[in-house]
Amino acid sequence: MKRNIPEELEPLKALQEFTPARIAIGRVGTSIPLKQSLEFKLAHAHARDAVYSELDINGLSDTLKQFQLPVLQLHSKVADRRQYLQRPDLGRKLNDASINSLHNSAAADVAIIIVDGLSATAVNENTIGLLQVLIPQLQAANFKLAPITLVEQGRVAIGDDIGSGLNAKLSLVLIGERPGLSSADSVGAYLTYNPKPGLTDESRNCISNIRPKGLSYKKAAKKIFYLISEAFARKLSGVDLKDNAGSLDF
Amino acid sequence: MSQFRHTINQKVYRFNDLKTLLGKASPHRSGDELAGVCAESYEERVAAQITLADVPLKLFLNDVVIPYEKDEITRLIIDSHDVKSFSLISHLTVGELRDWLLSDETDTQTLTQIAAGLTPEMTAAVSKLMRNQDLIAVAKKCEVITRFRNTIGLKGHFATRLQPNHPTDDPRGVAASIIDGLLHCSGDAVIGINPATDSPAAVSSLLTLMDTLRHQFEIPTQTCVLSHITTTLQLINAGAPVDLCFQSIAGTELANTSFGINMALIEEAYQATLSLNRGTIGNNVMYFETGQGSALSANANFGVDQQTCEVRAYAVARKFKPLLVNTVVGFIGPEYLYDGKQIIRAALEDHCCGKLLGLPMGVDVCYTNHAEADQDDMDNLLTLLGVAGCNFIMGIPGADDIMLNYQSTSFHDALYLRKVLGLKPAPEFEQWLIKQGIVDSKGNMLPVSAAHGLLGIKV
Repeated sequence: MKRNIPEELEPLKALQEFTPARIAIGRVGTSIPLKQSLEFKLAHAHARDAVYSELDINGLSDTLKQFQLPVLQLHSKVADRRQYLQRPDLGRKLNDASINSLHNSAAADVAIIIVDGLSATAVNENTIGLLQVLIPQLQAANFKLAPITLVEQGRVAIGDDIGSGLNAKLSLVLIGERPGLSSADSVGAYLTYNPKPGLTDESRNCISNIRPKGLSYKKAAKKIFYLISEAFARKLSGVDLKDNAGSLDF
Repeated sequence: MSQFRHTINQKVYRFNDLKTLLGKASPHRSGDELAGVCAESYEERVAAQITLADVPLKLFLNDVVIPYEKDEITRLIIDSHDVKSFSLISHLTVGELRDWLLSDETDTQTLTQIAAGLTPEMTAAVSKLMRNQDLIAVAKKCEVITRFRNTIGLKGHFATRLQPNHPTDDPRGVAASIIDGLLHCSGDAVIGINPATDSPAAVSSLLTLMDTLRHQFEIPTQTCVLSHITTTLQLINAGAPVDLCFQSIAGTELANTSFGINMALIEEAYQATLSLNRGTIGNNVMYFETGQGSALSANANFGVDQQTCEVRAYAVARKFKPLLVNTVVGFIGPEYLYDGKQIIRAALEDHCCGKLLGLPMGVDVCYTNHAEADQDDMDNLLTLLGVAGCNFIMGIPGADDIMLNYQSTSFHDALYLRKVLGLKPAPEFEQWLIKQGIVDSKGNMLPVSAAHGLLGIKV
């Protein structure tokens, strides 16, 4: 009896050039062949490991010294990853010790806030490269930078507490995005003008998929710098700002 | 407002109203904890379930979970309640209804008769007293058949939505996934694309692409781009080839407002789609998607547990005689359904409750990467749903949706299920598969020839 081995589906292979979807992967009986099954498992394993990865506090603190800005280490109200995944409300709030450490901050323009989010791996690997492009641009344009903060078990909105605690006019949250099967290392950048507790997503601008194989550091920095400049010029961020950013040429 | 109480070992459990009782009686899930409506101990949960079992069904017609004056879905539920259908079960309590549903005397025909007499809240309530096994056994007895260009929901048949999504809506990329899917017997429920952008021009070109393909190969199925209902309405008026009108719906008026919809808008789109008269053997023209947690995520749950909110969305769906209703169960994330156990339970509830209310239920058997779930959980759920008589699941290349970034079921998963349970595609589609040389007359897959017409498509 002749068996349907993947090679017999060779005619379908030609379709693969048109899409990154997992098409023309063959079959054994009605099932997915082992090679493709293991490839999928590996991609999922990378995503799962990213969700449970931890912020490299010491490594990042050391590397951030190159920018000659103070670095603060903060933590949300979340106790552990299991709670983080089930209680997004707690991930949006700083714990008491962190709130106290922000007292008496001098006024600043931009607070850069590095948050683990759903992929600390993404933040560990891709924030320094981005900041090496972005920070010199911001400094050249005379934006006063607040201390850089490193935040564990945080969600995007925790930047509102931190930005206002640091007396900053704008918060820039760099956070690990929910890992996809082919992208466990995406950083998202969220800008909020006049950050204060209680804001919602419509007050922010988001730039997604920042990673070497996605939106490059250089392109991401260019876009972030443009949005920060516009936010200061118009004294706002969010939906109203987004509309005018669409004409940017990337 | 009714008050409820139950005593266990001298401890008195009080439940201030029906809404509270339903929340406390719900099997544990993270979304109800996030909403602060779940039981605080294992004992309290069972106390609530024991209490709920004694609540007469008639009480649900007076004690509504969201006020009649405040919510158009409550008004729909109360105003469309069918007293005649209800008469067969009106003397029962929630607990007695559970036993009645499972009894041998209650057959497919009886269940069809009472569908219009059940309200979403009664249905949600009884499901909270049912184990997974009960949810499967009762759903299995239901049969909800719908038609457009083929017949979906017949016992012994099992369909799939071919979901050929692409991150940039590239027509050739979409077409490649459609061809791969068709050659894997997928697409009898619908060929349905989630567009990357909701721009009318982009949606229109995808509709035309699929319509051309369907005509060229005389495929007995329907196509759909899952754009916002206002976009679809606009495209209908512009003469685009719209087979089905899609919309995501939720179980409270406020949640639907956050989706940019209301009953009047859905009615308008329903009538517009009907007027196109494109169905050949039936006129079920609506495709709805739902999912537990949507009301809470819009801050529009009014203290009602997420499963009861979900079943209230089915009241919206059934008003418009849909071809397909799909609960996208694991898409919303672990703050609503934490792990495989919670996702599986929720899917079986949604499927059973939808079927009891007379809906053609399918399930997007799925999860995100931050949920405690994997393909093994999906295999379990898929198999349970096949046994329960689910109308359709998704068919996605390799189970990996590269546009929406989540994992669902593959073309292969549906082939597996049909094989192990002896299920067949929609009859008209099955004949087409045989004619195309994709399967033999017994339904076995045939090797694909390089000369197959589907491989020669030019897009």
